[in-house]
Amino acid sequence: MSSFWRAALAGFSALFMLQACGQQGGDTRDLTDADREYQHVLMEALLDAQEGSVIELPAGVFIIERGLSLANVDDVTIRGAGLDETVLSFAEQRAGAEGLLVTSADNFTIEDLAIEDSIGDALKITGSENVIIRRVRTEWTSGASTDNGAYGIYPVLTTNVLIEESVAIGASDAGIYVGQSDNIVVRNNRAEYNVAGIEIENSMNADVYGNTATHNTGGILVFNMPNLPRPGHGTRVFDNDVFENNTRNFGHEGTPVANVPAGTGILVNSNDDVEIFDNRVSNNRTANVIISSLHSAGFSELGVESDFDPYPERIHIHSNSFEGGGNNPDGMDLQALRIALFGPTGRIPDVLWDGYVNADRMVDGALPDDLRLCVSGAQVLNADGPGDYGNPRVATDEHDCSHEPREAVELPF
Amino acid sequence: MKRAIALLAAALALAACGNDAANTPPASAPVDMAAWDNDPAFHTSGNPARLEDWGQFRIEGERLVLAQGVTPYALNTALFSDYALKLRTVWLPDGAQPAQWHDDETFDFPVGTVITKTFYYPRTAGSFDAVALELDPNAHFDGAALDLSAVRLIETRILVRREEGWAAIPYVWNDDQRSTRLARSGAFVDLTLLEAGGRSQALAYQVPDVNQCAQCHVTDASDGEIRPIGPRARHLNGDYPYADGEQNQLDHWRAAGLLTGGPQADAAPRNAVWHGELELSGLALEGAARAYIDINCAHCHSRTGHARTSGLYLEPADPAGPGLGVCKPPIAAGRGTGNRRYSIVPGDSHASIFTFRMESLRADAMMPELGRSVAHEEGVALVARWIDAMAGGC
Repeated sequence: MSSFWRAALAGFSALFMLQACGQQGGDTRDLTDADREYQHVLMEALLDAQEGSVIELPAGVFIIERGLSLANVDDVTIRGAGLDETVLSFAEQRAGAEGLLVTSADNFTIEDLAIEDSIGDALKITGSENVIIRRVRTEWTSGASTDNGAYGIYPVLTTNVLIEESVAIGASDAGIYVGQSDNIVVRNNRAEYNVAGIEIENSMNADVYGNTATHNTGGILVFNMPNLPRPGHGTRVFDNDVFENNTRNFGHEGTPVANVPAGTGILVNSNDDVEIFDNRVSNNRTANVIISSLHSAGFSELGVESDFDPYPERIHIHSNSFEGGGNNPDGMDLQALRIALFGPTGRIPDVLWDGYVNADRMVDGALPDDLRLCVSGAQVLNADGPGDYGNPRVATDEHDCSHEPREAVELPF
Repeated sequence: MKRAIALLAAALALAACGNDAANTPPASAPVDMAAWDNDPAFHTSGNPARLEDWGQFRIEGERLVLAQGVTPYALNTALFSDYALKLRTVWLPDGAQPAQWHDDETFDFPVGTVITKTFYYPRTAGSFDAVALELDPNAHFDGAALDLSAVRLIETRILVRREEGWAAIPYVWNDDQRSTRLARSGAFVDLTLLEAGGRSQALAYQVPDVNQCAQCHVTDASDGEIRPIGPRARHLNGDYPYADGEQNQLDHWRAAGLLTGGPQADAAPRNAVWHGELELSGLALEGAARAYIDINCAHCHSRTGHARTSGLYLEPADPAGPGLGVCKPPIAAGRGTGNRRYSIVPGDSHASIFTFRMESLRADAMMPELGRSVAHEEGVALVARWIDAMAGGC
């Protein structure tokens, strides 16, 4: 076994993709009585938005046939009548890679509406400061399907972003995805039936708390990907409910999350300074927590810029409650590992680590304390990735350490 | 019954998508031909209701004629837009200083500059909505006028340099082909594209809305400013068939007072000239592929463009490596991966995301994201050949 990520298991992955291409779930929203005229009013309102504009949307179901966009205007608020009351349906969308694309709009607020069934990403906000996303629902209404758009709520290249009391369902990549951003609060949201429930990627200073992530392939992910201008670090994941994220992986092969094993609770990949505490994590069938390096993701080394740091460092896992999980991991190799080490009814320990460490940083054969993976209150399985998974072992004692608590993220609004 | 009504409603709504459809004069309505007698004008603000108000063109019989002082230009290798042919023009007001040269960036044009781009197709013997696929970029344009008896005009976009910066204003041609209307919220124009061999394909031509203009023309997201993309040295450094003979465009612009500064044309940056030729190899292939990727992709895929989030940088000076896509895993491509793992797999275009996204017609997978509803078969073939000629693997 060269990896416990799914990508390396090529034959298995191919088989899996075939299974994953089918559609699951019910019918999409019935639009028979939906309004088709309001879209023109809304498009004009977005084109004509001025600094300080408040665009109020009435209750109702509105068919939108092309991607909406707001660009280069500050202090705009878009407000509906509620995330179940004001529905923008893109089920008949003809053009546009997003449902709503917001570009270079500082002090932007969107609240109390739903974006459904967009062809691509539902709500993408890029290059903006001071962004509030509140009580927004993004959903693909036919359930988890590879046919769904990639991201639900998707701020990228933003500074000071708050996502709260929102709902993300059915994204074929991540339901709530914060990318390449700084100063982030994601709280009290619900993410379900996405490949990744909530994902923080290449971002700095994020607090993810009070959320419910369930029925995703992976619940909460903290990622770094190579070749981007900004590596991320500094995330707190706390007081979340992360349970039964066992939905088959229906992502598109080639996307980073398509390799995430079904049944992953919390996953940290190649990211540093992550504190995971006070969460209630249960019944995620591969492992409740996975800590891994890009080495485990099965990508070509040729395609990684040489300055990329693939090692997760200063990870601190403590004060969580774990229950169940690890009993039926995704992938034959992990399944074999489980049975070999823990018996036919045994389970993968709550923290599964691929075992990669930066050899350049070793001192006397060990990582300095301030770089280590520290775990208390859970068992740790070191899968021995560097040894080609030849000597996996429970290594809980080696992670009996702690890091300074990270400070809370403060938003200026 | 309910379903029938819904279908009817859908049909009506589709008809209504052509913005301001109710304003389209029926074929028999009188056309205000005097509107075409305007002299070229710079409107310092606002959105004039008609292209006619800008005075860049006159209509003389069956000819759309460039007004006095309006200069046509072409790019060595052009952006693909659903096989539309494009007539590009530039005009500077009397007394304006010439545009300032930049080696790599768009020339710095003076306030008052008006750039136009008119999208059109050759007509066919069939219906008005059936248009012909034509690869000759100058078809039906003689250097001074477009032959209106032979083409169907779709839209004309204005880029105007105002005191506060550039503004983009789209106009759609009415079916009478003698009048236009402002289309700030864009439009769909449903066409059928006929090829010489008899093949036809449906083409849902999309006129962008004003915010979509910015998705391509804001080439530096940090300042959010709209800029022209084509008028750069490397795109213009080639010969153009002017009405009075062929001449290098940079030389012509300098002689005409449109441009100042910069080295002689033979020492200036120059992209390859490419209009669909397929049997290229070696340096010619490399040059054509990079020129194509430059004008089709790099306005977003640069370190300052909207696609900087992807880590894929496609400007001409960007070296081969992960930044160009070689063995690079995607970041947020979603369906755009096509179940392929790397942007470019050297030697294997069929395993490369790059070509998948160029071939795709789905809004969430296709590249570019805007401006086409069919694939550019020649462009895909060019890039595929370029990838297939690369040595190595991932």
